[in-house]
Amino acid sequence: MSLLTATFAFLFYIATAILVIFVARKIWIYAQTPAPLKIPTTPAPTTRAGVAFRMVKEVTIFESLFKSNKWIWLFGWIFHFGLFLVLLRHLRYFIDPVWGWVAFIQPFGKYAAFMMIIGLAGLLARRILVDRVRYISAPSDHLMLLLLIAIGVSGALMTFVEHTDIVSLKSFLIGLMTFAWATEAGLTNMPNDVILIVHLSLVVLLMIIFPFSKLLHAPGVFFSPTRNQVDNPREQRHVADWAKKLDSNKAN
Amino acid sequence: MAAAEFDTPKLKEYPVIPRLQEGVMKHSQPYTAKSEFQEKLGFPGELVDNWQQVAIDKMGELNKKYRSLGVYLDSCVKCGACTDKCHYYLGTTDPKNMPVARQDLFRKVYRRYFTLPGKLFPKLVGAEDLTKEVLDDWYSYFHQCSQCRRCSVYCPYGIDTAEISMAAREVMDTVGVGQKYCNEIIGKAQTIGNNLGLPEPALIDTLEGLEEDVEEETGVKVRFPVDEKGADVLLITPSADFFAEPHIDGLIGYGKVFHQAGISWTLSSYASEAANFGMFIGSYENMQKLALRIRQAALDLGVKRIVFGECGHAWRVAYSFLNTLAGPFDFLDPDYPVPQHICEVTHGLINEGKLTLDPSLNDDMVITYHDSCNVARASRMGDTPGGQFEIPRNIIKAVCNNYVDMPSYSIKEGTYCCGGGGGLLTDDLIELRVKGAMPRMEALKNVVDEYGVTHMAAICAICKSQFSKVFPYYDFSMDQIISLHQLVSNAIVLTPENATEDNDGGNDTDDENQAEAA
Ligand code: HEM
Ligand code: HEM
Ligand code: SF4
Ligand code: SF4
Repeated sequence: MSLLTATFAFLFYIATAILVIFVARKIWIYAQTPAPLKIPTTPAPTTRAGVAFRMVKEVTIFESLFKSNKWIWLFGWIFHFGLFLVLLRHLRYFIDPVWGWVAFIQPFGKYAAFMMIIGLAGLLARRILVDRVRYISAPSDHLMLLLLIAIGVSGALMTFVEHTDIVSLKSFLIGLMTFAWATEAGLTNMPNDVILIVHLSLVVLLMIIFPFSKLLHAPGVFFSPTRNQVDNPREQRHVADWAKKLDSNKAN
Repeated sequence: MAAAEFDTPKLKEYPVIPRLQEGVMKHSQPYTAKSEFQEKLGFPGELVDNWQQVAIDKMGELNKKYRSLGVYLDSCVKCGACTDKCHYYLGTTDPKNMPVARQDLFRKVYRRYFTLPGKLFPKLVGAEDLTKEVLDDWYSYFHQCSQCRRCSVYCPYGIDTAEISMAAREVMDTVGVGQKYCNEIIGKAQTIGNNLGLPEPALIDTLEGLEEDVEEETGVKVRFPVDEKGADVLLITPSADFFAEPHIDGLIGYGKVFHQAGISWTLSSYASEAANFGMFIGSYENMQKLALRIRQAALDLGVKRIVFGECGHAWRVAYSFLNTLAGPFDFLDPDYPVPQHICEVTHGLINEGKLTLDPSLNDDMVITYHDSCNVARASRMGDTPGGQFEIPRNIIKAVCNNYVDMPSYSIKEGTYCCGGGGGLLTDDLIELRVKGAMPRMEALKNVVDEYGVTHMAAICAICKSQFSKVFPYYDFSMDQIISLHQLVSNAIVLTPENATEDNDGGNDTDDENQAEAA
């Protein structure tokens, strides 16, 4: 096993552990914390199914954002949809044999890199050019966009310009997942390509900061009481556990 | 504190997103509450010595009690979609009145003390220590949010700045810096029963006077009963309805509706207030104390239904929170939702044909309707989502021949706040109130110029008071704001016979005697 391979093996395990453990912890905290009052932004659905539909619209077509600002919507949606396709396309490195539909999206899916990069560039331009958005941006907000652009560009370079050795990369990744280094076969070395090293280093960084950054919006949206509550306060009494203690104030 | 001089914003033909002018509203702070009023509500009388620690502990506690807080503080991606959605930003141009920037005043402290990157690299992620300057900014800008939730409609995650403002105000109260207007009012409502501090005899007196006035005008004895045991309906209405203009004309309208429908009703002197300012300061406990007075009054008077008069945030607390805070209301008639809005009652009666209405009696007016933010975005009327928009409009259309809506971005879920909600309806914030009303004034001017609108109807006591105050700044006259039920009152045709004939129409005939007994 080369030093490079050992380093990345180590980094991937650490980054995956941080990503999984801390995101799970956040989700657990969100799930445990009550929303003591009914605060859906109305008009809101009056049934669970209706809420599920509202949520699906929020995460697939960014409904509220569409009402709000067409430019952010356009760039944001292009970026996220591109990202989604890119991640689906990446599944082929982690599963063997590759599922039919993952294979199916490969040929056109690779252009999703451009969607991602164009969307991100648009968002970055807004962040720099629009005085209101500039005002609310911290350095981390700019850096997050730059990080994702760098991941996208390095990835696209491999796809369109300077191919890497996908076969040994895949073998390396599946080896990591199956703990091949502990077996006799051992862990395949990952390709020693600069662009790939850059790509993977940035991906590791992204995984590590995910649970501590605004990227928590991805799990967060599902827990937002203004979006996930059913509008039925008159029909169904809604009381948080901590508020039950206060209920004893009540005259009866 | 309150700036004496300021310029009223100019109204434009189309809304324009203004450029930022940093710090222009920093000076806008309401008076702080005196220690006796703080202590009444269970808060320290003045800034405590270790206020920083107390504040941070309170933030941690609230973060455990309210999921909204943690999710909203973590999730904002600074996309900027909300930046042009707040009427206070549009009217003042101060960037800290952009919803996300307002949240950031709180978020930067949360990041500093509760998140890893904020502890390690504060500059990188915009985290900051809780200093005296930050607290001072909180006091300015969390009292420049009317908790109207317009931003929440447009945020991709529904981040509701109102939740952050409420939390910030609760933290400030906990360290001993409360707002005079809200906290004195809560104190009065908790001891006397209403925000005005109007005691029982004065209330009875006022309502007797009202009965006489209405009889003089219509020749019909329309009753305005107080504390009548065994009435069907307990009416909870904002105390401004008892004396303020145009509120009182709305109250007369409710009385006439009940009278003609033959529904027996009563006010309560113990719970003579619909408004619940406990919400504005984010205090669950104080809000619950006020809500429990309503439960107590309903039990004491033995009523079957609870109906709320025209008030925006009161309806939010009633519709969305009352069952939580003071329920279950299993001792009331299960055939009616608890509570009901007076508009639901009137609308139902109109549909059943129980009211005799002549819309031509309102022909001297062209009406538009202001959706109050808390009714529009934080509650509902009727059985279907959006009933809060349709029911009031349908009532207006049944009692008036001339109705037009304001531009679509300024009504329904996108409605602009009047500028005086959320505990800001106080003279020490007049500059903020005038500037914050600008987007609504612009939309109103649009229909006044284009369609000859003469009056704007509202169903909120705060909106009504705010508009009568700020209209003159924008060259409208203060009587152009009216109560929705004032229109009903104008159009309802009462005859002395009518009152008794209608008896057979009602479904609770046994109780009607009471209403007619006078
Ligand atoms: C449930 C999944 C997700 C949903 C519903 C979602 C939704 C959104 C929305 C509505 C926005 C605001 C508009 C915009 O600026 O694009 C946004 C921003 C953003 N999202 Fe997501 N997102 C999701 C997952 C992710 C993931 C997995 C990543 C990154 C790995 C990500 C990265 C970002 C970034 C960096 C921004 C800020 C863009 C800016 O700076 O303007 N999102 N997301
Ligand atoms: C362990 C994780 C990852 C590995 C091993 C990996 C590896 C690769 C490789 C080998 C390529 C070149 C594909 C080709 O030659 O056809 C690539 C492309 C790309 N990668 Fe990644 N990547 C990872 C994670 C990510 C993530 C998290 C993102 C986005 C945030 C990303 C974005 C891209 C993009 C945009 C391309 C170019 C378009 C495409 O081929 O789909 N990668 N990646
Ligand atoms: S709740 Fe209303 S007043 Fe407060 S920030 Fe949002 S839009 Fe502005
Ligand atoms: S719209 Fe929501 S996510 Fe975007 S900046 Fe405003 S509060 Fe943050």
